Amino acid sequence: MSDDALFAAVMDPANRADPYPLYARLRRRPVSPQRDGSYVVSSHAAIRSLLFDPRLSSEDLPPPRRPRTGNPLKDLILNPIKNRISATHRPLIFRDPPDHDRLRSLVMREFSIARVQALRPRIAQEVDGLIDACRARREVCLVSDLSYPLPVTVICELLGVPREDEPRFQAWATQLATAVEPDARHDDATRRQIVGAFDDIAAYMRDLIREKRRRPADDMLSGLAVPGPDGRKQMSDFDLLSTAVLLLVAGHETTVNLITNAMLTLLRHPEELERLKADPERAPRLIEEVLRYEPPVHFRTRKALGAIAVAGEMIPKGAPVVLLFAAANRDPDRFAAPDRFDPDRADIEHFGFGGGLHYCVGAPLARIEAEIALVALSRRLVAPRLVDDPPPYRPGASLRGPEQLRIGIDGIV
Amino acid sequence: MKPASGTAALRVVVDLNRCQGYAQCCYAAPDAFAIRGHEILFYDPAPPADRRDAIERAVQACPVRAISLQVGPDDGDAP
Amino acid sequence: MTPVPAGIVVVGASLAGLRGAEALRRAGYDGPLTLVGAEPHRPYDRPPLSKHVLAGELAADATRLPELADLGARWRLGSPAVALDRAARTLRLADGSALAYEALLIATGAEARPWPAETGGGLAGIFTLRGRDDAAALRDALVAGPRQVLIVGGGLIGCEAASCLRDLGLPVTLVDPNSAPLARGLGTFVGGVIAECLRASGATFRPGTTVRAFEGDAAGHVARARLADGSTIETNLVIAALGATRATGWLRGAGLRADAGGVTCDAACRVLDAEGAPCPDIYAAGDVARWPIPLYDNRLIAVEHWGNAVEQAAHAARNMLAGPGDQRPYAHLPAFWSSQFGINIKLVGLPEGADSVAVVQGSRASRRFLAVYGRGGRSVAAVSFDQARWLPAYAEAVTAGDPFPPITDATDRPRVEIAAPGFPPPRRPAPTRPPAETVHV
Repeated sequence: MSDDALFAAVMDPANRADPYPLYARLRRRPVSPQRDGSYVVSSHAAIRSLLFDPRLSSEDLPPPRRPRTGNPLKDLILNPIKNRISATHRPLIFRDPPDHDRLRSLVMREFSIARVQALRPRIAQEVDGLIDACRARREVCLVSDLSYPLPVTVICELLGVPREDEPRFQAWATQLATAVEPDARHDDATRRQIVGAFDDIAAYMRDLIREKRRRPADDMLSGLAVPGPDGRKQMSDFDLLSTAVLLLVAGHETTVNLITNAMLTLLRHPEELERLKADPERAPRLIEEVLRYEPPVHFRTRKALGAIAVAGEMIPKGAPVVLLFAAANRDPDRFAAPDRFDPDRADIEHFGFGGGLHYCVGAPLARIEAEIALVALSRRLVAPRLVDDPPPYRPGASLRGPEQLRIGIDGIV
Repeated sequence: MKPASGTAALRVVVDLNRCQGYAQCCYAAPDAFAIRGHEILFYDPAPPADRRDAIERAVQACPVRAISLQVGPDDGDAP
Repeated sequence: MTPVPAGIVVVGASLAGLRGAEALRRAGYDGPLTLVGAEPHRPYDRPPLSKHVLAGELAADATRLPELADLGARWRLGSPAVALDRAARTLRLADGSALAYEALLIATGAEARPWPAETGGGLAGIFTLRGRDDAAALRDALVAGPRQVLIVGGGLIGCEAASCLRDLGLPVTLVDPNSAPLARGLGTFVGGVIAECLRASGATFRPGTTVRAFEGDAAGHVARARLADGSTIETNLVIAALGATRATGWLRGAGLRADAGGVTCDAACRVLDAEGAPCPDIYAAGDVARWPIPLYDNRLIAVEHWGNAVEQAAHAARNMLAGPGDQRPYAHLPAFWSSQFGINIKLVGLPEGADSVAVVQGSRASRRFLAVYGRGGRSVAAVSFDQARWLPAYAEAVTAGDPFPPITDATDRPRVEIAAPGFPPPRRPAPTRPPAETVHV
């Protein structure tokens, strides 16, 4: 395989279970020009440098060369929202300053410490309930039994979706997850279904926003929907809608992957699972190391607004730039023994939540969900072991995670 | 493991050249870290010993690893 | 009985001394290690003193630094070194004792420049702010509710103190010889933003003048300041924020290149003797050390910043343990932060001597911006006001010596206009020998 085809190989679902050898090859040239005109950045130093570079835009992403395969998020989430809402009301993940900063600071204000802390008991209750439901079984699928439903419940609670409507969100989330998979698998009917799901969510959210503007409660959507101190709307209806959908999409799949990847890694390192069981205070370290070792998001694409010299290469103006976070996380120039899972390493400065301006808004919540879930799983699953290793993966290369994680158990305590 | 309570003193310092105001520490240990204005980090350099777990979470959660914590003997200023 | 080996002695028990000692231990040095400190305190952090301690949010004794390695050190605190005998490899301390060393790390830092006694320096109510005891005393005086506070000097300490005191609701006047605060460090173009903040906070800013003398009341307490322009200001609490002098008095007669501007080192942090030869057994780090910085034409510069204390001490420690053939040069990009008037200010590089400045992101009017300084067409420094996330990109441009202004085609970019930075002329006429510089603001 030639070096300018390595990223195409990364995209190939056949390499999903272990993309790391490809990443190692890419790192030999940390800023690697690819046949499709994009530049793949894979060293820790080069990504660190580019994350803070104001010439990389998230807004003006170039059209994919091949329709619908360059960037699944853009093709299948952004476009439907964009087409159905407005080209100028993209969610903040696809915006640059100063618009990005304005939207993000509003979201961050509502994503307050108190509000996030207040979710802890609800998360713990939900985790216990989901594990209780597996009592009679000798095998669980972590994805469908826990990782998948948990974040939807949490996001609904955060946004202020009435509990009775949560099942609808569970269904939509499933369809959105299908949406982020590469298009190759979709027939026309699936595609129509995905577009329909977006329409349904948008319609539901529009109603909910109207309701929150009328009768604000103590939730995130209300906080964004009520007028600002100047009596005017803080966010337009479009911005509020795209923000709400973004939080659902970006907060769901990523958290599923974090919890699932963490449990997969612990089951592959049973001694670490035992240590966690004995000392739940190890969870924060474990989670940070999982974010380095098996991150929920492997890369993000930006565009160079000007020519950028980095790591001895020149990225030309207008080129798509793929920040391959998961490769930087295993950079031997940055981390000793990078392919070893070692929660006790002193240096875990990972890109598991990205970095710079677009650092994951939901990171604190993801950490809490993962911590509560992992501690509960370590204590309650009796003699857990992997049924398939590697497990089957969903086809997505960026939002990478197992489709199922079957765990054999002797019971639940 | 943790020393017996009453003998440990927590000492915290943040390298504010490295800090970029991601506020992850504030979520992990809200009683010890706070962002003021857009990006000024205020922190308690001598938090009470019972906040140790929260502070350690903050150390782990910092995206740029700017927080240093010592769990030291409570020896005051004794030379 | 075998004599106790002397081992390594670190003179100075503040940030640089502590981090140097830690680096020695981490690198495997297991011999005797002694830290000598002028103050009776274990190493503590200074930046909070002029902010949260003055504000009453932190006690002055709350900022003891974490000790990040098992130091196993002997502490000689409260008795500063007063003399160095290189031939005998011995220090003399203020308590009269002698201390032998095999290798020495000088990290004595700097001292606040006091108000001269002949123009009122002995009056009660005149404070400097450097150490934690200074901060505690000043805090006590603030709690007593001064009628009118006068801050002399609009550098970082003066401005941070002014910001804090306005938050406390105290009446504040700040006098500075330049047209804007922070002029010496950042130039008046950027400093003008802080001038506006200062005024908006309710402080009185008196630019372009200086205090000639202080006059006291019958009880010997400061009562008023007499200014160069002939006016007077009634005040009963003065903060003299006049910058610092390097703590090198104890090196007089030691045959080293040391004066109030610092102790001169080579690129590897080795102290130079009077003939300019590096001493193989004496290193220096932190505020007290000046060394040639390649990025700035090898000018001899002492960098009084937190980050330099940490990095230079670690680097000096590394070289102390390495052989003579493995002395690595210290590569450092100066950087500082300050918080005042609700704004996070961060700087990378050395703006002093820049001939131009340009706002490259945001705007001064919004008080959120990033400005780059140029000298001879090269980018030499960058400052951010509440825009810290972008600063690393500009730090790289400065390190690489990119053309000025660097980085075109950025997002959120205004039409870039190049202005004069507005640095005041040097305090003294240029001497014939290239002067050594000290970076402070």
